[in-house]
Amino acid sequence: MSAGYQFFHALWLSLAVSGIAALIAALVGIPLGAALSEFRFAGRRAILVIIHAFMGLPPVVVGLYTFLVIMRSGPLGSLNLVYTATAMVLVQVILAVPIVAGFTHASLEEVDPRLGMQARSLGATRGQAMMVKAREARAGIVAAVIAGFGRVIAEVGAVTIVGGAISGKTDTITTLIVKSTRLGSYATAAALGLALILVAIIVNVFMTRLQSEGGRRELEKRVTGYVD
Amino acid sequence: MSISAGGPAIEADRLKKEYNGRAVLDVERLIVERGEILVVLGPSGCGKSVLLRVLNLLEPPGAGAVRFCGREVQGLEGRARVEVSRRMALIFQDPLLFRGSVRDNVAYGLKVRGVPREERLARARKMLEVVGLERHGARNVSTLSGGEAQRVALARALVIAPEVLLLDEPFANLDAPTRAALQEEVRDILRGRSMTAVFVTHDQDEAARMGDRIMVLNGGRVAQEGSPRDIFYEPETEFVAGFVGYDNLYRGEVARSEGGLATIAVEGAVLQAVADLEPGRRVVLGVRPEDVTLMPAGEVGARASSRNAFGGKVTGVELRGPAARVTVACPFPLVALVTRRSAEELGIEVGADVGARFKATAVAVMENAERAVRDTDEAGGLHGQNMRG
Repeated sequence: MSAGYQFFHALWLSLAVSGIAALIAALVGIPLGAALSEFRFAGRRAILVIIHAFMGLPPVVVGLYTFLVIMRSGPLGSLNLVYTATAMVLVQVILAVPIVAGFTHASLEEVDPRLGMQARSLGATRGQAMMVKAREARAGIVAAVIAGFGRVIAEVGAVTIVGGAISGKTDTITTLIVKSTRLGSYATAAALGLALILVAIIVNVFMTRLQSEGGRRELEKRVTGYVD
Repeated sequence: MSISAGGPAIEADRLKKEYNGRAVLDVERLIVERGEILVVLGPSGCGKSVLLRVLNLLEPPGAGAVRFCGREVQGLEGRARVEVSRRMALIFQDPLLFRGSVRDNVAYGLKVRGVPREERLARARKMLEVVGLERHGARNVSTLSGGEAQRVALARALVIAPEVLLLDEPFANLDAPTRAALQEEVRDILRGRSMTAVFVTHDQDEAARMGDRIMVLNGGRVAQEGSPRDIFYEPETEFVAGFVGYDNLYRGEVARSEGGLATIAVEGAVLQAVADLEPGRRVVLGVRPEDVTLMPAGEVGARASSRNAFGGKVTGVELRGPAARVTVACPFPLVALVTRRSAEELGIEVGADVGARFKATAVAVMENAERAVRDTDEAGGLHGQNMRG
């Protein structure tokens, strides 16, 4: 296995795993954050406390508990998830959802609640009124997804535990950096680090475009399927 | 007021609402006839905004019934609520525009109703013409002035052709000339379309300008309702009188009454009012400052026939642009609103002697507060009957 193959495989896997994880986290976390902002129900405070606590949870801890659940003798052992990319996505979703939900909730709380009432008084359904508030909080919600992606692509402990950091298979950029550094291949490690920084910049440029007016329609079309 | 086929646009009975155990709304009966503008007038916190939100089904009443075009609608949820609320539109004190262009804002109500894009943009354009913003459709709402923003909010509500328009102090944040212009425009638009409206305000001038009928609300309860003339010239309670500009309010007791003219003892003086009242009855008298005429002190005695004429010393002068508010100790304090020019001609300044006079017909006679509790109940029932008839 060439070093080049290892490098590009790790790069591709990092992007794929973290991209899919961020997408799933957005699909789960945005509605969750919105629901916590829109509805008042029993247990709402408790859920918020848990979300806020999980936002700062060390990835190795999440990795450990996920591993205990999916390992062969664990409750989900029969699914054979240990040391697979699927397990890596799963653990990253667990890490990213609280970030996306927490920031989405916070940015929706900043929106004037009367805007939702105004939308409803103009004939909006509750869902349509929530959409109005989400549009007002668009920049914050996009930032929530960026932050979620940033957390998981930069993370090393959890993917190492559940993915095993198998060369050419479940190595990500971050796990490969750790390995290369240990082996004294500082040039490789530095190159990987640079690649990670580049990826982060490219992804953020794209996401920031979505935050701006120009990218709004594009985002809406993709997220909601309707645009005027 | 004639009742057209199908009955009133809105009827409500025994409407109650509490927040944290405190009653904020307690309206025995409310009727909004089709095509009329009902003004709900009252101070901050009197429950008028809550009333609008309940009528718009934004929140349910704690108790009571609301009928919209004859159908009971209180407590509706989901689709059924949306269907009814789509026949109304509510405009708030702040324009509450959504991020984006003027055009998209105006078209919003049509968009949520699934009106095709071409049609909603055409209707938005037309409505922007009505409010004089036809050239501003593409502008971002963040660049609008306060008056323009409120016009956009107005167009956004009118474009859906609501059967009932609800307005919650829509002009309170605007400067005086813009407010006056918009009051006139909105009145013309509502008239031109025979649109039913409930207009909430704390401003008595606005109430007089906008309303076909006025309902005065105090502490969540109806203090009085009637034509603007009734409210401004025949207030039934001390609260209403004070709120609609009777700055001179006196408690007194009827000394005698003959030929429709009552003589009432008030704070060491005697006032006369056009009213039939049995002697001994305790009443509250109200006089509007603009109904008080000032004259040179020497003329008070000269007019023997003149009732309610007093001499006294000026204790306060407050200049208000072209008008002057003058307080005279007669010895009871009497406030007069005169032009600044006539105040100057009379040499009015603090300490000066002056004469003051008002007509017996300018005196509003109300029940004394001690009896007001019972009277409020009677009045509530009476109004209900009047409304039904």
